[in-house]
Amino acid sequence: MNPKTNSQQAPVLGAEAIALLERLSNAVAVSGDEGEVRAIVLEQVKPHADEVKVDALGNVLVTRKAKTKDALRIMLAAHMDEIGFMLVDEEEGGLYRFATVGGIDVRQLVGKPVWVGKQHQAGIIGARPIHLTKRDEREHSIPLDQLRIDLGLNGKAKVGDRATFATTFRQSGPSLVGKALDNRFGVATLIELLKQAPQNVDLLLAFTVQEEVGLRGVRVAAYAFAPDAAIAVDSTPAADLPMWDGSENSKFNCRLDGGPAIYVADSGTLSDPRLIRHLSQTGDELGIPYQFRQPGGGGTDAGAIHKTRSGVPSISVSVPGRYAHSAVLIGRLADWQNTFNLLHAGISRMNRVLFEQPR
Amino acid sequence: MKALIQKLVESIGPSGYESNVRELIKTEIGDAASNFQVDPLGSLLVRTGKKTAAGMRVMLSAHMDEIGVIATHIDENGFVRLTTVGGVSPRTCYGGRVIFVSGVHGVIGGDRPDSPTSMHSIEQLFIDVGATSRENCPVKVGDFAAFDRPFLDLGDRLVAKSMDDRIAVAILVETLRALKGKETPHELVFVFSTQEEVGLRGATAAAYGVDPDLGLSVDVTGVGDTPKGAKMEVGLGKGPAVKVRDGRMLADPRIVRWMVDTAEKAQLPYQLEVLEAGTTDAAAIQLARAGVPAGCMSIPCRYIHSPSEMVDYNDVTNCVRLLVELLSHPIELK
Amino acid sequence: MTDLSAFLKELLSLPGLSGYEGPVREVIARTWQPLVDELSTSRLGCLHGLRRGSGSEPRPRILLSAHMDAIGLMVTQIQDGFLRFTEIGGVDPRILPGQQVTVHGRREIPGVVVQPPERLLPPGHGDQPVAMEYLFVDTGLLPEEVQQLVRTGDLISFATLPLELSGETLAGHSLDNRASVAAVTACLDELANTRHAWDVWAVASVQEEETLGGAITSPFDIRPDIAVAIDVTFAKGPGVSDYRGAPLGKGPTLGWGPNIHPALYKAFKELADQLDIPNSMETMPHMSGTDAMGLQIVAEGIPTMVISIPLRYMHTPVELIAMKDVTRVGHLMAEYIARLEPDFIDHIRWDD
Repeated sequence: MNPKTNSQQAPVLGAEAIALLERLSNAVAVSGDEGEVRAIVLEQVKPHADEVKVDALGNVLVTRKAKTKDALRIMLAAHMDEIGFMLVDEEEGGLYRFATVGGIDVRQLVGKPVWVGKQHQAGIIGARPIHLTKRDEREHSIPLDQLRIDLGLNGKAKVGDRATFATTFRQSGPSLVGKALDNRFGVATLIELLKQAPQNVDLLLAFTVQEEVGLRGVRVAAYAFAPDAAIAVDSTPAADLPMWDGSENSKFNCRLDGGPAIYVADSGTLSDPRLIRHLSQTGDELGIPYQFRQPGGGGTDAGAIHKTRSGVPSISVSVPGRYAHSAVLIGRLADWQNTFNLLHAGISRMNRVLFEQPR
Repeated sequence: MKALIQKLVESIGPSGYESNVRELIKTEIGDAASNFQVDPLGSLLVRTGKKTAAGMRVMLSAHMDEIGVIATHIDENGFVRLTTVGGVSPRTCYGGRVIFVSGVHGVIGGDRPDSPTSMHSIEQLFIDVGATSRENCPVKVGDFAAFDRPFLDLGDRLVAKSMDDRIAVAILVETLRALKGKETPHELVFVFSTQEEVGLRGATAAAYGVDPDLGLSVDVTGVGDTPKGAKMEVGLGKGPAVKVRDGRMLADPRIVRWMVDTAEKAQLPYQLEVLEAGTTDAAAIQLARAGVPAGCMSIPCRYIHSPSEMVDYNDVTNCVRLLVELLSHPIELK
Repeated sequence: MTDLSAFLKELLSLPGLSGYEGPVREVIARTWQPLVDELSTSRLGCLHGLRRGSGSEPRPRILLSAHMDAIGLMVTQIQDGFLRFTEIGGVDPRILPGQQVTVHGRREIPGVVVQPPERLLPPGHGDQPVAMEYLFVDTGLLPEEVQQLVRTGDLISFATLPLELSGETLAGHSLDNRASVAAVTACLDELANTRHAWDVWAVASVQEEETLGGAITSPFDIRPDIAVAIDVTFAKGPGVSDYRGAPLGKGPTLGWGPNIHPALYKAFKELADQLDIPNSMETMPHMSGTDAMGLQIVAEGIPTMVISIPLRYMHTPVELIAMKDVTRVGHLMAEYIARLEPDFIDHIRWDD
């Protein structure tokens, strides 16, 4: 069989898939309050699933049975939550103190519009006029306790409400641009995989909560599924920008247009070597571009999955994205498509022999 | 036992890639046991004995993995940039040698330092494998390596890379051999665990799988007996150390008592250990399922996480004796 | 009825550091004995008290977790009769100089934490706070005696005795979190005369200050349908003036954030308002810093709630609470449990 024909048979992520990604990107789902994304996920998965459950933490657990008997149980995890803010104190005149949720660089906050609460109420984060700042003050980042979310003079929100950057999704040439594409890319990928589900495995999809605050949702999801193997599908930073001195950038993590980033090692997981081999061979044989994410820090849901029960062979595959954990992430449609293709083909080719050799 | 130690410390098994060590352990255990199992994270589980009415299921854990490095980038001239696996200090790297799991050898160099006294950061280090270009470099991004240093026998004192924790692997293998043919009321599960250096990951999964009544890890611990060293009581040659606490675990006081009482009764030397940083597989065992009484037997070790970790051979043999003593009788936790 | 104030004062007079909760567990067990149907101790030392409900089997279960362990110190080294030490739980070394302590050696030995004079410290130390590694405990005993009585790994607990202050407030060490143990006891007291459909598992948990060990393990076999962590929180007062503090004596706080199931928050909030129990929301944007962090993620996950008693001067030997807040928490939980219908689990939903 000509490998090229095989890869062309893989389904295309067209206008409909992009529209779904857009809805997901524009939804607000700060860790612990993932309801808005959960609603979209539930609506999308129900027609295609054999079983759908929302668990005690708010994870959506979806099962789609194989057409064969004694099939491998393969778990795919994508987190629904995003970084953001929680209002923690109300002051006069529509001003609110807030805390950050998840890893946010305070230098990213100033001068940004935000959406507050379930109604996406408009707000802004301002700063002291430059005229009133002193030179030494300008040498330091503006600390969080000096910042407020301003809802306008009559703005009314509740302490405890969540907020996030107000960024509307758009396409720009080959790129997809939006907030929270870490990890709505993963959420959309799982939904599309369910719609075109490989028939050879029991597909166990976990749309997880609280990843950004410590991989908490996925831990109980993996316990409930007790899978034979798992793949975390996420988005990983592409730091493929020039170095300050023009020297070779050896710390790019991964690159846009390089295809899905396969993890070898991050701070939470040493990927199962059998799965690294399997996915890279799948890419090589079918002509699906992929790249190895540079080993190093960071982490995904795999960090919790692989330690569940007696251990689960696990790996992560990510869609590259620039500027994660800020107001805007830029990814490529082609990378997303190839991530989908690699996962679809990789899962379709999985069988028990893969795990018979000890790790 | 020194020959066994040498074989173990000279094998290569950075976290996540422990299969060489695992095969060696199986060979060395030979017919001292017959029930071998490899779990999904690669830990080797060796079971002996049957749990009697007076017995327990006891999990003993020594980790097979060692600290090392991973290739992160091959530059246009064939130099390999790296990141660390486990707690590797750049202090111990420059000029050192590594060996990749694939067998490729290399030496560690570094960018020109900012000043003659400044230390390289990990990002400023590279591995030179003798390549001249990206194309002819035999290393790929994602390849794992361990430090390369031969075993050194100084008589009572033994020196090697990966004494942490192959010395404990040797101790458990030797304990298994010593227990062969001996009566024990317990089901003993010897776990040679993986990925300890990156966060007790192998032991976390293994403890769930084994579901023990009692857990004991065997690992190295720091000492306070070197010039201007840490403020710590433990020293080389004063016997195996019974851990009271470390950075992440409060040893079960009943287990501390059991170990101390057994050592005193058998007239074996021991010392008490309070370690302020670091931890062992026992921390993971303790929190498995509904909780497991857990403790740790430590081998005092100098220069931990350097390529020249030093232990005292008498501590090692006394540790085996104490383990045999501990495991041969019913255990009363009080 | 338990004399709550006397019970709490007894708890505050006992050691029971993380990992070594035995002494305090015994007293709690004795007090809970008449209030529960079954008492047991987990393999890590948590005390489990079960009050069976009146519903038909299989009954749903609610778990109340209040940690009984306390912060303190541990001997690391003995030098010329002086004890060097490290901490158990989070101890600010600046609160230590001059503290009266008890060293738990072969027998209990009173001691005091001493700060060496500046000239015995690293040069240039000035009036900087002295790090823990340079502090000592002096027992007043001769070095030979100390060698015989004390070993590495022995515990050192605060010796400060409980102290009643005006306005029914109580000061002492380890009110974090024995005030909550008292609240759970008040709840059991009230339930003794109340019909409740659900099984109630009262847990005095261990190692919260170090590993969350009790909270991570106890629910594994119990598998509750709901878990409530009861702990203390910052009360407004010296050093705590902004939104992070709740007023002392003005009722419990109800936690809100990723550790808390919103349906439980809503249920407790509505009930507290209905019962005229003053309360305030405590935002917990990340983690709650309580047993709930462990409880929530055991096995397949547990809907979890956090209720806190405001307390001043946390992690010092003179923590301060208002007794009224303790009884309010006990009453709120008892009323909540009494109202739990057999099918309430179906109402713990994510209302998306």
